[in-house]
Amino acid sequence: MMQDSRCLKRERFSPLTYCLLAAALLLTMILCVCVGSVSIPFSDTITAVWNAVWGLPIPERIAGNIILNVRLPRVLCVTLAGAALSICGAAMQGLLRNPLADGSTMGVSSGAALGAVIAMATGFTLPGFSYGGIMVTAMAFAFGSLVLILSLAYALDRSLSTSSIILIGVIFTMFISSIISLIVTFASDHTRSLNFWTLGSFSGVSYDQVRLLGLALLICGGILYRFHPELNAFAIGEDNARHIGVHVKRVKLIILITVSVLIGVCVSISGTVSFVGLVMPHIARMLVGPNHRRLLPASLFSGAIFLLLADLTARTILSPIELSIGVVTSLVGAVAFVMIFYKTRKAG
Amino acid sequence: MLQGNHLTVRYGSHQVIDDLSFHLEEGQWLMLAGPNGAGKTTLIETIAQGVPYTGSILWNDQDIRSLKPSQLARRIGVLSQRNHVSYAYSVEEVIGLGRYAHRSGLFSMKGDDGKEQIEKALEMTGLTELRHASMLTLSGGETQRVFLAQVFAQDPQVLILDEPANHLDLKYQQHIFSLIRQWLREPGRAVLSVVHDLSLARMFGTHAILMHHGKSVAQGAIGEVMLPDSLQQVYGIDVYQWMREMLSQWQG
Repeated sequence: MMQDSRCLKRERFSPLTYCLLAAALLLTMILCVCVGSVSIPFSDTITAVWNAVWGLPIPERIAGNIILNVRLPRVLCVTLAGAALSICGAAMQGLLRNPLADGSTMGVSSGAALGAVIAMATGFTLPGFSYGGIMVTAMAFAFGSLVLILSLAYALDRSLSTSSIILIGVIFTMFISSIISLIVTFASDHTRSLNFWTLGSFSGVSYDQVRLLGLALLICGGILYRFHPELNAFAIGEDNARHIGVHVKRVKLIILITVSVLIGVCVSISGTVSFVGLVMPHIARMLVGPNHRRLLPASLFSGAIFLLLADLTARTILSPIELSIGVVTSLVGAVAFVMIFYKTRKAG
Repeated sequence: MLQGNHLTVRYGSHQVIDDLSFHLEEGQWLMLAGPNGAGKTTLIETIAQGVPYTGSILWNDQDIRSLKPSQLARRIGVLSQRNHVSYAYSVEEVIGLGRYAHRSGLFSMKGDDGKEQIEKALEMTGLTELRHASMLTLSGGETQRVFLAQVFAQDPQVLILDEPANHLDLKYQQHIFSLIRQWLREPGRAVLSVVHDLSLARMFGTHAILMHHGKSVAQGAIGEVMLPDSLQQVYGIDVYQWMREMLSQWQG
């Protein structure tokens, strides 16, 4: 007996879907370069970028400086950060088998922010790489928070798939935020504003940050993608993963470190941008199903698009005032969180 | 081929498995029997390396702790009692994961896709028509069959099954037990399973371990283990009398 209604559509994710997503991303990026306090025609953006890539001179009538030195690095940074946060969310939701897991709901982002704030306030740097100290501390704190929260949650409930882990994550975030605000208050000359750390911002980023983020995304994204069969096994169940021969401890550790590194880099560049990793993997899962071979690339593209649109909204909606990007993502994310929560509760 | 020596598992101060030894030889179907809380599922998790234990488990005289997880999975396939999938994977995707141990290795994921074994597993468990169905739409029995198919696709030499017919109606119960018996006929294979239903255990098992409070009360050939006195000691009722009473309902 064929039960059509229960069948998943096959071949839902063809190369065509990839192309469509990539095209949508490219269009969104161009849109974000064009729109702003100074409106730039579509064709100017294309010409400026094209000429800059091939080393040709940029015509005088085009606002080359705004396009190439203000808007473009920001747009690239937002794209990469959105992609990175989104695949981190997808990986954590698979690994922990918990659809509500994400850097922000589990306190990893705020842990990273605390690390970055401490490094800035104490002036900790790595020799030869001024930004390195902040980044490395952010990564280490991200990993530390992840381990702490997982062990606390593990003591409560071995399966980790319930909401207790999210509850602990949220409490942890509140606790860390107050410590951050303490440090920022006392060391305000040495660190960025509290708003930056708790709500995030991409204003003033440069190509240095773009390169760092790009490198981190390439390496960490590659590692996560390499582990897509294991992520599928974990998403079905950790015991099942062990039974089919996954080296559970090792794989878990690799994925947690990779996620911490990526989130650490993102947070040190843009502060805590919440909920990207929660919302976008869900949308991606609706599009392509839960298999991480398709889910990770789909999350990557949709996360980038989402964060670009959020940044665009933050820049333009109350222009000339610029909102923190976290205000926009949290507005969308909180609603999505409630919807996902109710859906999973009903499914039981 | 599989041998456990002086296995002990503690949860805090509570001894769940208490100095238990067993051995499983080619062609045997070893039934773990005993009341709730006797430690049957824990013993299975111990063999699957899911809980810390003292003592040793040997695979052809080699300690299985020295095997890589993927090597272990190619030898021993485990079906647990409770399986619940919370994402919309298709039946085929879940079964395909059974091939994981045969294709792990850093970049050799495409080496052995095991299409043949997956097809065979689908067919054996009667799931061919549901292969594209979402796991979220399946009943408990169907889900159980998917995970059984996964362990068949894994193609191990020893099957370890915790209540394989759990959630299954009588037709599939009979079907699955016959399937496992048929699977066992190939040389170099053995089965160890927890089966609550003592009639089923007697009918299909060749050997048995009767467990009580984490200890082995009796073990050996099935007929020598399922004796009235041992069963009485473990279950606290006259099992033979009870079984006959139940059977008598079907006569006349």
